[in-house]
Amino acid sequence: MIRTLRILAITLACVAFTGMLATSIWTIAGNSDPGNLPQLLSENLDRSGVEHPVTAVLLNFRSYDTLLEIGVLVIAGIAGISMAKTASLEDPQLRTADSLLYALQRWFVPLMLVLAGYLLWAGADRPGGAFQAGAVLAATGVLLRLGGVPMEFLRPGLLLRLGLALGFTVFLLVAVASAIAGDAFLAYPPGMTKTLIVVIESVLTLSIAMVLLALFVSAPVNDAEDPEEGSSS
Amino acid sequence: MTSSLLYALAGAILCGIGLFGLLWLSHLLRKLLAFNIMGSGVFLVMVGLPQHQGGPDPVPQALVLTGIVVAIAATALAVVLIRRYFHLSGMTGLEDEPASPERGPE
Amino acid sequence: MVEWLLDGLLVLALVVTAAAALWSAELFRAVVVFIAFGVLMAVAWVRLRAPDIALAEAAIGAGLTGVLLLDAVSHLGGKRRRAHKPGDGRQ
Repeated sequence: MIRTLRILAITLACVAFTGMLATSIWTIAGNSDPGNLPQLLSENLDRSGVEHPVTAVLLNFRSYDTLLEIGVLVIAGIAGISMAKTASLEDPQLRTADSLLYALQRWFVPLMLVLAGYLLWAGADRPGGAFQAGAVLAATGVLLRLGGVPMEFLRPGLLLRLGLALGFTVFLLVAVASAIAGDAFLAYPPGMTKTLIVVIESVLTLSIAMVLLALFVSAPVNDAEDPEEGSSS
Repeated sequence: MTSSLLYALAGAILCGIGLFGLLWLSHLLRKLLAFNIMGSGVFLVMVGLPQHQGGPDPVPQALVLTGIVVAIAATALAVVLIRRYFHLSGMTGLEDEPASPERGPE
Repeated sequence: MVEWLLDGLLVLALVVTAAAALWSAELFRAVVVFIAFGVLMAVAWVRLRAPDIALAEAAIGAGLTGVLLLDAVSHLGGKRRRAHKPGDGRQ
């Protein structure tokens, strides 16, 4: 009885929510609001240092968002590795003994590394950029990890912390440097825009891949028999 | 009515489905799936609605790109927390009612 | 007309896979359907003329999330089966 009432209430709430959302979308779409954001963007695109509008928005016009985003990622990564229960990265439990995976690794790992580099470089003038490259790099790391490659740098330590914080630190340094030099916070000095964007994108790629990989690795895997002894292993 | 608006409305429906799953399902991984579906719906609304009037708009696209990366980081963190919770409590749901509507992997 | 058909089918498939991902009986199947949902989302981003998001969604939604969730499912499920018998006596 209570369950029926509960499912009825939840269904009612969700249908009402969806209806309200759809109605407001319909109303907003009906208003002919002449938004000029795309025009504004294409007019200012040549000042941004890159040719691809999405990259220009991410790394120049709205770089504040990207800065805060990498900050959020770093916090998530720190929270993840503080939960880490992996005693040894060479735990035989982690190894997936699968011949298909080994063959896949041999073919895919170099290919994916090249793809990540290409995506990073392509971000300047066509779809691509730090986020996609970071995701592909993280996927490469996950593939290596599943095959049992130890990857010592993922152990909580100096290298992991450096990798996690690198993107955020460099981004913040650029922002503060431009603020000290007299410009606005995060305003790149003219002439150096392209260089700075490439540097920031490269370190962002590394940091994003590092955060995602650290979060994947830090998922507790061992201690399969007894849940009470989580701290012993 | 353009196709962008169609996708925005689909985003609203996905939001509703995700909200229902988030409220009703009790297995934590299922809740996580529902949360992700809800997020996808929000992204569809965010991109579809501005493009209804004036073609491709890079600004919401860039914001959604940021949002997707934050969403995967949040998902990964949630998986870590769920696995840790499972280790400590042996449960996969928040309330240990035996007649929960979730059907586990067995 | 063909484009409308494509968009309509895609939207329908999105909604159906989203619902199936939440209500399929097995958790493993739910995750697999969710991966399919991610791939369909990537196609939807292409249809919305957002190739950047499509790339990211294909790499993240279909690749990383899938591995992450499948790993978690096998972990929770495998352990559950082992921990089930002593758990019956305890509770």
